[in-house]
Amino acid sequence: MTFYGYRRPDGRVGVRNKVLILPASVCASDTTRIISQQVVGSVTFNNQLGCSQVASDQQYTMDVMAGYAANPNIYGTVVVSLGCENCQMDLVVKAIQERTNKPIRQVIIQEAGGTLKAVDMAVRYAKEMVEEASLLQKEEFPISELIIGTECGGSDPTSGLAANVLIGQLSDLIVEAGGTSILSETTEFIGAEHILARRAATPEVHDRIFEIVHRYEKSLQLVGEEVREGNPSPGNKAGGITTLEEKSLGCIHKGGHTPVMEVYDYAKQVEPKKGLVIMDTPGNDPSSVAAMVAGGAQVVVFSTGRGTPTGNPIAPVIKITGNRITFANMEDNIDVDASPLIYGGDLGEMGDALLKLVAEVASGKQTKAESLGFTEMAIARVCNFV
Amino acid sequence: MRNAMIIDGKDNVIVAIEPIAKGDMVTYLCGGQEKTLTALEDITIYHKLAACDIAAGEPVVKYGEHIGIAVSDIKAGAHVHVHNVEGHRENLDDKA
Repeated sequence: MTFYGYRRPDGRVGVRNKVLILPASVCASDTTRIISQQVVGSVTFNNQLGCSQVASDQQYTMDVMAGYAANPNIYGTVVVSLGCENCQMDLVVKAIQERTNKPIRQVIIQEAGGTLKAVDMAVRYAKEMVEEASLLQKEEFPISELIIGTECGGSDPTSGLAANVLIGQLSDLIVEAGGTSILSETTEFIGAEHILARRAATPEVHDRIFEIVHRYEKSLQLVGEEVREGNPSPGNKAGGITTLEEKSLGCIHKGGHTPVMEVYDYAKQVEPKKGLVIMDTPGNDPSSVAAMVAGGAQVVVFSTGRGTPTGNPIAPVIKITGNRITFANMEDNIDVDASPLIYGGDLGEMGDALLKLVAEVASGKQTKAESLGFTEMAIARVCNFV
Repeated sequence: MRNAMIIDGKDNVIVAIEPIAKGDMVTYLCGGQEKTLTALEDITIYHKLAACDIAAGEPVVKYGEHIGIAVSDIKAGAHVHVHNVEGHRENLDDKA
């Protein structure tokens, strides 16, 4: 199967062709909103971080920023910084250049002479970039060029019965075709980490799976949280989930059945054509999706039971539910009804149909979240501001 | 009418996809074949029931994986939940 996308100078293939107005910190975020509103074909997001962070948190923020700019759905980036934030312009630009050789322009608000002058400068840079981007012609590429991010949110019992099972089937098809599928949400591995670890391709990957789970648990224990106690929650049990293993298995089903080839830290660059990989992300949806997109995922598939609106500024998000009532209620937000799987539908046929939809979305078909203009996102953090 | 489903062919539990009452015929599709058994008690929608007899100490299998251990003998058609299954945390240092 193939799709029509955009070849980037770094060799990667994008499924959208946008110019990113990148706010280096919270102090530049309102400015990038004003800039992006002036430039059709650009995107931005609200960066609430970028300053006063401990080193590990600043690294998360830097990796998301650099990864967003490097994501092949982006033609080029106008970085906008205030000037005095910890995520300094030269650091951000260097982090982007370590991942990609795509076009970058820079505007520092304090040096430009305030908001209006910075907006004027950045709008002109961005318009030039959009014009260059608009000259690109789409080319046909094999599906193996895709990195798919998988996520679940607002789950209910149908997620484990249908939507995650269908995403697992898609994951197997993408891997079989030679592409990459990312399984995320470390919090959801807890209790099933030994099962995931059995699927590791190498002893190193096996150990890394335990390492990210234990690290995550430890960071929560520092503030007195114990995931293994009180989980499954009373609500989970009322819904029919008996053990933590069962709850976690329902989630990791999104990763299908192929070996785990690699474990990536939060928002690090993922290799194309790698098979099934894991990224260490929170169960929190916008910050997990952001990390996978920063890792290079061009498309995200997202299962939901209760129905969620989640989109992303860089990558189309395909929403899937296994709950037919939720699909009927929230069809404006949800792309795929996986509930037939519960009532006797054929997994093979439904998986093929989902793969076809992924190829269509990669070729430009708008998702529900895109049509609504949803771009919400978050960046993970482990500590308070300093 | 089918009122239950099996997720993986290796599973020894099935999941109610409709509310099931004690004495109801439970029907589900497994490997293209329709299978039936009788519900021994009321089963809430999305809760599990045993597809076959499960002896105390045997693993309970869903998604093709162990989700816990039966703490008492469970008859085919009985409700499988926190009263007769316990999570079993496997050795985290196990390199197997």
